Amino acid sequence: MKIAGFLLLTAGWAIIVAAVALLPSPGARGAFVLAGVAVELFGLALAVRAHLVLPAEAE
Amino acid sequence: MTPLVAPVVAPSVPSLSEMSATMLFCLILILLVPLANIGLALVNTGLGRARSAAHSMLAALSVTAVAALVYVIVGFALQGAAGHPDHALVLAGKSWGWIAIQPFFLRGVRLNLSPEALVILLQMFSVGLAGLIPLSSGADRWRLVAICASTALLAGFTYPLFAHWVWGGGWLAQLGANRGLGRGFIDGGGSSTIQVVGGLTALSITWILGPRRGKFSAEGMPAALPGHNAVLALLGCMLAWIGWLALNSAGAILFLGAEVGRVALIAINTTLCAAASALAAAVVTRVRFVRPDASLIANGWIAGLVASSASAPFLKPAAAIIVGDVAGILVVTAADFLEFQLAIDDPGGAVSVHAVAGLWGVLAVALLSNAGSSGQWLAQLVGIATLLGFVLPLTYTLNWLLNRIYRQRVDREGELQGMDLFELGSGAYPEFDIRGDEYLQR
Repeated sequence: MKIAGFLLLTAGWAIIVAAVALLPSPGARGAFVLAGVAVELFGLALAVRAHLVLPAEAE
Repeated sequence: MTPLVAPVVAPSVPSLSEMSATMLFCLILILLVPLANIGLALVNTGLGRARSAAHSMLAALSVTAVAALVYVIVGFALQGAAGHPDHALVLAGKSWGWIAIQPFFLRGVRLNLSPEALVILLQMFSVGLAGLIPLSSGADRWRLVAICASTALLAGFTYPLFAHWVWGGGWLAQLGANRGLGRGFIDGGGSSTIQVVGGLTALSITWILGPRRGKFSAEGMPAALPGHNAVLALLGCMLAWIGWLALNSAGAILFLGAEVGRVALIAINTTLCAAASALAAAVVTRVRFVRPDASLIANGWIAGLVASSASAPFLKPAAAIIVGDVAGILVVTAADFLEFQLAIDDPGGAVSVHAVAGLWGVLAVALLSNAGSSGQWLAQLVGIATLLGFVLPLTYTLNWLLNRIYRQRVDREGELQGMDLFELGSGAYPEFDIRGDEYLQR
């Protein structure tokens, strides 16, 4: 889950970079940037969840 | 030097003597920036435990030394300065700079009162400031050698790469010219380049090290492990304030092309942000815990300074107060959320103070300032997405690899003894048995 989270973070960023660099239309560019941010947030949630300390580990 | 974005107020062409006077003024400002580093080191130490106080200050000194050396040897070669050659990718007919091509060891740089030399000096201090941030999150369990190695990775690669994109004429700065997104990504004082990069490294360190022994109960409830010296922490806040005034002003002059006259507005806005943030934190803690909490108010003050860095040159004073208020509320709620909901043990609150408030400061440029045009919000959003989607995975991976080579967390015995005794052989307060039980073997 940790690796998946970080991969999604990077994938979201790649979507954003590609949209900014390649899409000429401001509307499409904005939409893809927002989609990339959504993917990043999902990835961040996964990365955070993967690092939650289990009660057994806390001791 | 070519400014990255249009000047805040279009200046008339300055004469040579005016240029020199501006650079001299900028030099004086830069020489005050280390007060921010000293302040942060004191805050970190004050919010840490007595048995690791000497270790904390020595770690701060080590970070400053390693960061300055590595940045001069490698860092500036990767960061460069605006107007200097860099490696660029050509996509859809546009050139996007991604990494600088400068010689190592500052070879070929005129180290006088030139803007380039001042950028290097400011960056030597700034990269040290970024390196101090993770110290706070790794307190009481992060080994000194690992701290130095992690700082080398930050100062030699992560920081210069992102700083090139923002301050060295890289692709984030080019968003305005290439895609019409306002003035491109704007951050004069380093809310993103210094604070968020440091804050995300702090998050990586807390994840890799894990929580301090005894921090979370078997049921997952966090125990209170309060800082040992509120006086140090609050004194650190005041010193940091002076350093931040200089940092925000020098950054605006060097990276945004701001006139010297704008320094007054920057200083006013920086102070208002910090003041509003500290008071907001005081009110929130007063409401939640009956009494105002000194450590969270100290964090609120620093969070206000952090949030001000990106936006201070562009805000009206009333807007600066709003930026500070939001930063103060954010830092207290984020600190609680990280500890209680996400089980992140961050003793000094580095993640909430530097990463969360820094991200808010970057966003505030688009929401509340008069910088840029309608596309500015998208440029700022792309910058934030780059921090989360590129810098966080990068800094986590580098520190994870380092942890595979050299274990970053101290042994169990070291945690029980305290970092002072275990790594340095003596405590910070040998004549005072103020926390007697902490020095006993268990």
